[in-house]
Amino acid sequence: MTEEKARAYWKENISAILKLLAVWFIVSYGAGILFINQLNTIEISGVKLGFWFAQQGSIYVFVILIFIYVKWMNKIDEKYDVHE
Amino acid sequence: MDLQTLIYIFVGASFALYIIIAIWAKAASTKDFYVAGGGVHPVANGMATAADWMSAASFISLAGIIAYKGSDGGAYLMGWTGGYVLLALLLAPYLRKFGKFTVPDFVGDRYYSDLARTVAVIAVIFISFTYVAGQMRGVGIVFSRFLQVDVNTGVVIGMVIVFIYAVLGGMKGITYTQVAQYMVMIVAYLIPAIFLSLMVTDTFLPQLGIFGTTTFAFDDGVKTIPAGTYLMHALDTAVTDLGFNAYSLPGNIWNMFMLTVALMVGTAGLPHVIVRFFTVPRVKDARISAGWALFFIAILYTTIASVAAFSRVNIIDRVQNVPYQQWVTEGVKQADGRINHGGWFKTWEDGSLLAWNDRNGDGKIQYAAGKAFDDPKGKPHFDDHKRAPDGHRLTTNPLPAAGHKPFDNEVYIDRDIIVLANPEIANLPNWVIALIAAGGLAAALSTAAGLLLVISSSISHDLLGRVMFKDPATGKSKLSDRQELLAARIAAIAAIVVAGYLGINPPGFVAQVVAFAFGLAAASFFPTIILGIFDKRMNKAGAIAGISTGLIFTFSYIVYFVFMGGDPKDYLFGVAPVGIGTIGMVLHFIVALIVSRMTEPPPAHIQEMVENIRIPRGAGEAHNH
Repeated sequence: MTEEKARAYWKENISAILKLLAVWFIVSYGAGILFINQLNTIEISGVKLGFWFAQQGSIYVFVILIFIYVKWMNKIDEKYDVHE
Repeated sequence: MDLQTLIYIFVGASFALYIIIAIWAKAASTKDFYVAGGGVHPVANGMATAADWMSAASFISLAGIIAYKGSDGGAYLMGWTGGYVLLALLLAPYLRKFGKFTVPDFVGDRYYSDLARTVAVIAVIFISFTYVAGQMRGVGIVFSRFLQVDVNTGVVIGMVIVFIYAVLGGMKGITYTQVAQYMVMIVAYLIPAIFLSLMVTDTFLPQLGIFGTTTFAFDDGVKTIPAGTYLMHALDTAVTDLGFNAYSLPGNIWNMFMLTVALMVGTAGLPHVIVRFFTVPRVKDARISAGWALFFIAILYTTIASVAAFSRVNIIDRVQNVPYQQWVTEGVKQADGRINHGGWFKTWEDGSLLAWNDRNGDGKIQYAAGKAFDDPKGKPHFDDHKRAPDGHRLTTNPLPAAGHKPFDNEVYIDRDIIVLANPEIANLPNWVIALIAAGGLAAALSTAAGLLLVISSSISHDLLGRVMFKDPATGKSKLSDRQELLAARIAAIAAIVVAGYLGINPPGFVAQVVAFAFGLAAASFFPTIILGIFDKRMNKAGAIAGISTGLIFTFSYIVYFVFMGGDPKDYLFGVAPVGIGTIGMVLHFIVALIVSRMTEPPPAHIQEMVENIRIPRGAGEAHNH
């Protein structure tokens, strides 16, 4: 593998990670902590939205994020021919 | 069948299963012992990781903590799950490609330094023992309550079981046993949760029960909350009536933020979790393993919020204003005719985890905010096992100051009993209670076994193999594979004995030491591994400076504020000791980056190694040399 290709692969990898971590941060630290009071003004069947993100919602998003990451990375691996 | 027989059957059958699996999966080589031969299927590995990760704290204590903390308890739920995203994206695939056995392996090789390796080994051992002491204590509590044996006997039984499958089977035995333990614990957690959800909100899925409405009217002591009220509204109303903070509103957002970071990053930096990703065949499998692990963890974690809310409602409904003597002996009827029997209250009083103080002398229990007993932590001081004429256990505490709104609290409830007592509080069938006992033991034993393995491999592989018996000519171990395997088994035995000792003679601060484990992992392993992978320029000097800064800062802060009675007013930026690992981590990053840029870059072969771990191809071969 050429150095140039390795660098491009790594760059694409990092950009995927950063995008996913942005979502990770927004649902947990954003919705569940920093903006919890603002989201708490919205209520679904008695449950305040910020509270829900902190206690349940963010966990669902975490699981989905990892599976998206796996799919995404497998695709990038194949594109650069570094898969196993 | 009576409860005791059922408990013996459930616990006995689950133990027999673990031992059969251990014999079937006996380890034959060090590779089997350390990383299960590197050939575990990702779904099985995910399940085993989930069982390894979910400890007595997750299973027994967490719902209780959240039932009391309400909204702020979300820090634990997000912290202990969100760390897996970091693991999957930032650590697991690269560490798998690196392809050695342990975390000190990575630290020592990447920073070409036996000093770094030794510091890592010490940190691994300290973090893991802290953790294991709590697990053995959890085993003891479950045994003493459900098998009616002494706590110490319980700890010894637990040690023998772990001994059999950890020493014989190593990682291979542990992994397959943990798959079985995961199934036991998830069933044991979900079945009572479904029962509670149906009972309180008439909703089958506990995850959705939190959106439900109450099926019964209950008297919180101030007013009656009618049936058909949204569960969260009922709970918020009841707890504020009783003088607590509203359940679904946050308290200190800053501390919640810091605690969540420390727990997430700590999770991603805990050696017994990281080592899991060395056990799968390919890089691809390491990524998806983290996904499966979190999936299996989430099945349990997403029910915790609901279980916590149900139990808080149940406690108020069952305990408020019941006449003690009649309640614990024959039971009482609620206003709407539901049967309410307080036998469980008496049993847990025997375990010193519940107490009642009839401050107003009306013979009825009142539950509200505030301390029921005059003690810095509100804990009862029992007068031996003496009981009053009405049957409640006597205490020697002086009466606390009276006159709280709406009335004085008379009950002390240890949070750790909530999950274990839930089925009894809710009058669920006996087999559900027996199941909880088996589940609690599965949770504690699976985590203890994983930790003991990490301790033993750090000693045999890293300390003996790579530092003390290193052949200076080749850089490899002078020990043969068989000798190292024997050393690993002996180290595992020693670790079990020490863990058992800590379980029988707990340092007295098991709850606080958890802050240690997470804080130190967050301030040491997480940053050093991240830098090792993502910063090619990071060198020996930077890494050692970073680890030392992170460890020393975090260690001293926790020791000062938790064990030496430091005044919370002096907290740095107002951060409580449980969240200080976050600051330790930031300091680690800053110091490591500055020092590395002022010193020589790492040698060429190390830079090449970093290039290499960034590319997935070739991980299968990496394990074979």
